[in-house]
Amino acid sequence: MALLEVTGLSKRFGGFVALDGIDLSVLEGERVGLIGPNGSGKSTLVNCICGTLANETGSVRFDGQPMDGLLTHERTRRGMARSFQLPRPFVTLTVADNLRVPLLYTVNARAGSSLKSADIHTRCAELLQLVGLAEKAAKLPRDLTQVEMRKLELARAMAAEPKLLIADESMAGLSQSEVDDIVALLIRLNERGITIVLIEHIMRAVMRFSQRLVVLVSGRKIADGLPDAVIRDAEVEKAYLGQ
Amino acid sequence: MRNFVFLLVCVAVAIVVFFAARMLHNDYIFFAGYTVLQFIVLATAWNILGGYTGYVNFGSAAFFAMGAYATVFFHKLYPQPIPVLIVIGGIVSGIVGFGMGYLTLRLRGAFFAIATLALAVVLQTFVVNWDYVGGSRGAYIIRPNENALVGPYIQYLFVLMLALVVIALVCARVIERSQLGYGFATIRDDELAAEACGVPTLRLKLIATTLSGALMGMAGAPFPYYIGYLQPSSAFGLEYAVNSIAMPMIGGTTSWVGPLIGAILLGSLQQIATVTISSAVNLLIVGLLLIAFVIVAPNGIVGLVQDTLRPRAK
Repeated sequence: MALLEVTGLSKRFGGFVALDGIDLSVLEGERVGLIGPNGSGKSTLVNCICGTLANETGSVRFDGQPMDGLLTHERTRRGMARSFQLPRPFVTLTVADNLRVPLLYTVNARAGSSLKSADIHTRCAELLQLVGLAEKAAKLPRDLTQVEMRKLELARAMAAEPKLLIADESMAGLSQSEVDDIVALLIRLNERGITIVLIEHIMRAVMRFSQRLVVLVSGRKIADGLPDAVIRDAEVEKAYLGQ
Repeated sequence: MRNFVFLLVCVAVAIVVFFAARMLHNDYIFFAGYTVLQFIVLATAWNILGGYTGYVNFGSAAFFAMGAYATVFFHKLYPQPIPVLIVIGGIVSGIVGFGMGYLTLRLRGAFFAIATLALAVVLQTFVVNWDYVGGSRGAYIIRPNENALVGPYIQYLFVLMLALVVIALVCARVIERSQLGYGFATIRDDELAAEACGVPTLRLKLIATTLSGALMGMAGAPFPYYIGYLQPSSAFGLEYAVNSIAMPMIGGTTSWVGPLIGAILLGSLQQIATVTISSAVNLLIVGLLLIAFVIVAPNGIVGLVQDTLRPRAK
């Protein structure tokens, strides 16, 4: 069953068409890679799926329900989570408190869930352990390195206990071993049953991670299929390497 | 439970302050003290919106004046005891705050600040042209000489304002340590990320404007009894807008202590300057201190203390 179903989605900024009739469906439990050159509309697509931007045409269905017109926080509560391309931590809150926010506002807002403050504390600790930030729990985000900031970004998205995690370039600027770390982390999450859409430029990571690869170029989807087949696609090669 | 202890401590301090002031056998202390207390309430109220969520409100005077004019209105229509008027003032200004929030909270940063300033001008124009509450002539309220419980009327007003200070501080502290406080902080830090974490930002901002407005209105409600003669230019005075921003800024905006310290410091300085130099020097003091703090301690006194206490990272 498709967890996420995007049909005919278009978005324009003034005269510029950022997305042009995108269809995308993501199955439950799948690991999908989304690639495309700079400015091809990947982040815009994420923003439309998550409700940060409003799309002009087309619709987004998630978990069998239409998402159109829902605000971002309502979509988050229904099980969509995202990390941002540039980490956007809550700078005046400690690392642990950053994770506390989705636990308080998303997990606790769902029906039938009411975490005690001790539970929240344990969950925060577990998540920090999972991403390897346990020692930094009491620090402020400004004391973190770039990698740690990205791990915090992922941990915060995961704290919302999503069904779908959209990771928007969570590895840009990281070293090879750090990339491997994060890929391993994402695969671990996927094994726990979280569907993941990974937006990434680093092909090594994308190829290792993805079960299916989707390519955007200038706001259109030009390829969608098995990773090995997609990267040999003539149009994809043209978009990336020129003729 | 901790909140309850905090409430008890606040009440105890308030009682000590009252009896200490009484021991001085000088009614002027109560006149000056009332103003300082009033600014503590205003600064704390401003900080709930401005400090916790980061939305700068330049229209504090309007909320204060709405509370004061609600009192004038009911004084003419059907006189009520002041505690009731405080509740009414709070409701009126809370509604105004909610309305303002609903209309303006899609604006960010400077645009929101401009909108609040515009609101103050609109409301002032409205009051100036409303004859029933005195219009531009102003309204007289004859203050009774005595209050049966406390004695001299100014002492009664002082006690009421002390109670409001307690309410405002407890409110601010409860919010700070609650889920609401986390939500407010995320709005201040990054609204987009807050939404992505499930924080209903618009609803929280409306709660903040309503609460902040209501507390300001409550601070304004006893004012006509204090001043005796209320005119639009004094109720909508620049000093309320400026002070309620400057005091939290100087004290520190991230915790309830900041506005308290800022208001006591700045309010007392202003009162002393009024007596020893001239009342016109008030805003000059505010301006100079604000400039000094923006340069030396942008996070206010609280921030300065925290930075000194926190061990340097690496």
